[in-house]
Amino acid sequence: MGNILTWIDHHQQMIYIVVLMVFLGIEVIGRVPSVLHTPLMSGANAIHGVVIIGAIIVMGRANQDNYIALTLGFLAVLLGTLNVVGGFVVTDRMLEMFRKRK
Amino acid sequence: MGISILTVCYLVGSITFIIGLKMLSSPVSARKGNLIAAAGMSVAIAGTIFLYKDDNGEPLHNYGWIFSGLLIGAIIGTIVARKVKMTAMPEMVSLFNGMGGACAALISIIEFGHAIDHLKSSTGIEVIQTSYQNDFRIFLLICCAGLIIGSVSFAGSMIAWAKLNGKIRDFAFKGQHLFNIFLLLVILGLASYLIGSLPAGGKMIFYLIFVLSLLYGILFVMPIGGADMPVVISLLNSFTGIAAACGGFLYNNMVMLTGGILVGAAGTLLTILMCKAMNRSLKNVLIGSFGAKTPATQAGHPAGTYKEISVSDAAMVMSYAHKVMIVPGYGLAVAQAQHACHDLEKLLENKGVDVKYAIHPVAGRMPGHMNVLLAEADVSYDKLLEMEQANEEFPGIDVVLILGANDVVNPAAKNDPSSPIYGMPILEVELAKTVIVNKRSMKPGYAGIENALFFQPKTSMLFGDAKKVLQDLIAEIKSL
Repeated sequence: MGNILTWIDHHQQMIYIVVLMVFLGIEVIGRVPSVLHTPLMSGANAIHGVVIIGAIIVMGRANQDNYIALTLGFLAVLLGTLNVVGGFVVTDRMLEMFRKRK
Repeated sequence: MGISILTVCYLVGSITFIIGLKMLSSPVSARKGNLIAAAGMSVAIAGTIFLYKDDNGEPLHNYGWIFSGLLIGAIIGTIVARKVKMTAMPEMVSLFNGMGGACAALISIIEFGHAIDHLKSSTGIEVIQTSYQNDFRIFLLICCAGLIIGSVSFAGSMIAWAKLNGKIRDFAFKGQHLFNIFLLLVILGLASYLIGSLPAGGKMIFYLIFVLSLLYGILFVMPIGGADMPVVISLLNSFTGIAAACGGFLYNNMVMLTGGILVGAAGTLLTILMCKAMNRSLKNVLIGSFGAKTPATQAGHPAGTYKEISVSDAAMVMSYAHKVMIVPGYGLAVAQAQHACHDLEKLLENKGVDVKYAIHPVAGRMPGHMNVLLAEADVSYDKLLEMEQANEEFPGIDVVLILGANDVVNPAAKNDPSSPIYGMPILEVELAKTVIVNKRSMKPGYAGIENALFFQPKTSMLFGDAKKVLQDLIAEIKSL
């Protein structure tokens, strides 16, 4: 119990951010018209590709002789990039069509 | 200095994500919003590569590996995303979502491996100094959360992808829901045991959790009917967001934390909105699968007689109508008939017929699926009516042309309490004067339910592939 309280105390900034982000996420999405739901889902999908940063860090810190970590890290970077790049490109393609008629 | 610049990079990233999502809420600014978020992501990635320093002040190494991963991923991602057909978009989103989930799970696995190596114990994690234990527990907690959520999201997304692709069918065994709950409890139990008592065989338990989480992801999505797939993808999307946020806790990384939680919250809300559009609760979607209830309802619907209409008659009826409403569904998407549909619309408009589209929120395989398809064919934005508007207009409509939609126009949702889709808001096409239904055959729709609409006197069936039928209709109308 004490551990958790200490942890909360040490990470209070992060916890505040989490709480505020939850409300912000709900607030921002709440006003999206249903016609944009598919691009929105795709756009959100691209944004959680931010996990790539974790993959880069893990890869960059792996020991040069730890081949398991290197391979898995490489895979993580590759998959994360697919998520980011694919996500944004697909979203852009969808939205391109919406814009043409304006 | 470098670290401060990195902080600014992350700040820029976080802000662009919020602005990007915000701008996605309007058709005018949506594309720009997406590009802004992409730019912010690039800044955050570039900053991490060049400026990141770990707790000991060491910069990253293994640049060769990192850049080749980024390069190969970017090339494959761009090619795949550019080449994919508009009809396959939902699958694509699911696939990319799965990649993100796998990435999060891999990060947890590698970090766990590092931690074990750090403790210089090959068998387990028992040799830990007490002073370090508490920090290690927190670390394990975050690691396990990232691992479980990421793996479930990955495995589930792959199943959703394969299902939408038609590669695998719905699959459920008796008592599967109970088994799933049991499995989830086992996973959580193992995780608590691992974190709580730091046992000698900790390494194996961690990998066991990984395998069981993958299994859970598969079994979780397997029994859910195809009609509910959008809800599942949206839910898994928010899972991956939370898994990414776990990475944020792991590295004290603000951009991962904000991006992940933002998507986690937004995705959850989107999931709930989608359930609302179908007038069902999330629990109902996840536990009460459509497939399980089908036999009972089919017995209650005696198949009546239906009448067919020829292409030339349909062409005649439509060219002499005043108002035509087109109801697109998945059949339109499968046949890639959106351009033919737009051609028909233009042709009829030239003849003085008022043509509009009625869009059900869950028509197709994803919310907004039909809007995206029709937008691709240059159909004007103001011709697309949402469900409420369309339902107000149906009484004044002469001809409703249904293109491969089924469950979203099934009157059973309004008047048959025993139907699995009872309570779902539908397009009330039967209020119009005549209804022409284009389908490939009399087979029931994706939810596997008979549709009484097809047997009503005012309904005529026009069998065939949507694209072929539309092209024939266009040819007929031109020759009139």
